Amino acid sequence: MQDGYITEDGRKIGGVVMEMKNITLRFGGVVAIKDISFDIREGEIRAIIGPNGAGKSSMLNVISGFYVPQEGEVWFHGKPRPQMRPYEVAQQGIARTFQNIALFEGMSVLDNVMTGRLSYMKSGLFSQALWKGKAEAEEVANREVAEKIIDFLEIQHIRKTPVARLPYGLKKRVELARALAAEPKLLLLDEPMAGMNVEEKEDMSRFILDVNDEFGTTIALIEHDMGVVMDLSDRVVVMDYGKKIGDGTPDEVRNNQAVIDAYLGVSSD
Amino acid sequence: MPDQFLFATEVFINGLMAGVLYALVALGFVLIYKASGIFNYAQGVMALFAAMTLVGIMNGQVPFSHIINAVFGTEIHHFGWHVPAFLAIILTVGVMVGFAWLVQRLVMRHLVGQEPIILFMATIGLAYFLEGVSDLMWGSEIKKLDVGLPQGGSFWIEDMTAGLGSENFYGFFIDNLDMVATIVAALLVVGLVLFSQYTKQGRAMRAVADDHQAALSVGISLNFIWVLVWSVAGFVALVAGIMWGTKSGVQFSLSLIALKALPVLMLGGFTSIPGAIVGGLIIGVGEKMFEFWIGPLVGGATENWFAYVLALLFLVFRPQGLFGEKIIERV
Repeated sequence: MQDGYITEDGRKIGGVVMEMKNITLRFGGVVAIKDISFDIREGEIRAIIGPNGAGKSSMLNVISGFYVPQEGEVWFHGKPRPQMRPYEVAQQGIARTFQNIALFEGMSVLDNVMTGRLSYMKSGLFSQALWKGKAEAEEVANREVAEKIIDFLEIQHIRKTPVARLPYGLKKRVELARALAAEPKLLLLDEPMAGMNVEEKEDMSRFILDVNDEFGTTIALIEHDMGVVMDLSDRVVVMDYGKKIGDGTPDEVRNNQAVIDAYLGVSSD
Repeated sequence: MPDQFLFATEVFINGLMAGVLYALVALGFVLIYKASGIFNYAQGVMALFAAMTLVGIMNGQVPFSHIINAVFGTEIHHFGWHVPAFLAIILTVGVMVGFAWLVQRLVMRHLVGQEPIILFMATIGLAYFLEGVSDLMWGSEIKKLDVGLPQGGSFWIEDMTAGLGSENFYGFFIDNLDMVATIVAALLVVGLVLFSQYTKQGRAMRAVADDHQAALSVGISLNFIWVLVWSVAGFVALVAGIMWGTKSGVQFSLSLIALKALPVLMLGGFTSIPGAIVGGLIIGVGEKMFEFWIGPLVGGATENWFAYVLALLFLVFRPQGLFGEKIIERV
């Protein structure tokens, strides 16, 4: 499997993009993640699932640099990643969304999406002050990418609306748009469907699949809804109490006894 | 036109111009508060420090000369040169950027995520520290600041308007310096708005002001933005320091103008740049008009307390200020 594989629906999955090696994360005496290893391959949709408090969000925060693990290494593109701050991780091409939505509430949808393009803006203060040539061309090019993503996620009708006024489901979509605007090599989604109704969940699932299909974006996501996860993802990591208890295709995971025990409970005998 | 009306107009115009100077100070507060949620008590002292540094550099004063002389037994006070105002202003901006970097590096960085009251207390400490440093660096005597700005009443305006009323009316008395301050403040605000709307750093600044986590996730370095914001606030402090210093000399009381900015902020809201400007103007005009009409009835000196009473009224009826964001706690 070193050089990737072909999925059932015929998509090509490439080599390993990111590899977590023996990650252990502690908060004081509490062990949030215990000695977990897994990999993410290019072009795949990788899910991390598990009951509440299993350490899924912590894992995502380790990947995106918000938490620094006490032990273990994060390998990105075949090299161990030195300790980085979250903004440096973002500049490496790893974009993310948050469980509780972190948008710039005071800005319009378009402005929010444009912030995703910030690392692509290279012009210095001086040329921006003069607002000529290079800076202008750059602004236009970035704007085009932003508009394309806005179209793609079907939020054209609210592009000028301040984010604070949007309903929850649309906010989630704007957050996804902002992450996509960075044209990430790896997209991390922290419970993209939490708190949504069935219809919104279907929309979001469709967008996630389309993003992966259209842009070839590698996606790692956390989700509670088992049904959704099994439909969406190529491979699944299952966590429980900070430990990895399963890793494989949805079918493998579904039939894994440890996973069944964790979700349904173990009988005492 | 009746003289009474003309006098009132003159008071109104002068109030507007005094308000501009208040607004200049309030602006520095708003910048830092918006971007980091810190109420920077040291803003007034920063204005004092900036003005003292500017005078010191212009006069070719040796910084920390008292300490140097005491330690080495020397008798140096001056380099013996004079630096032109323009160059000295650029150098002072450099000093303020250095100061911003030090504040971020040595103080604020270690307090990220602390309660606002703790950050506030840190800035109180910073204010006293900076006050001491400015004294040590440049000496505590009152200094004259002259960067070549016109001063005194404008004869031109007086002559032009003298004919409007009777022979008791000599025309509007408007200070040239106040007019310059108004123009500079307007340019400053336009510049700040353009900067925050159209540049990469400005966008990043607005992003940080809105949500720290989200800003990190799109690749913005909070440390860099905070240094930038403190630098801009330092620059605004320098502008305020130049205006106030030229008006009334560079001295300790300059740091107290920060207290005048408080009612301005309560009126305008702590998070709004237009609010700082409008708040400043309302306080300036209100203060002068109140003194003009009500002052004589109550024995004068109303300018000392009027602004604070107005701010108190605002706290009761509209605590978020005119333009501030309304805080709604969701339950």
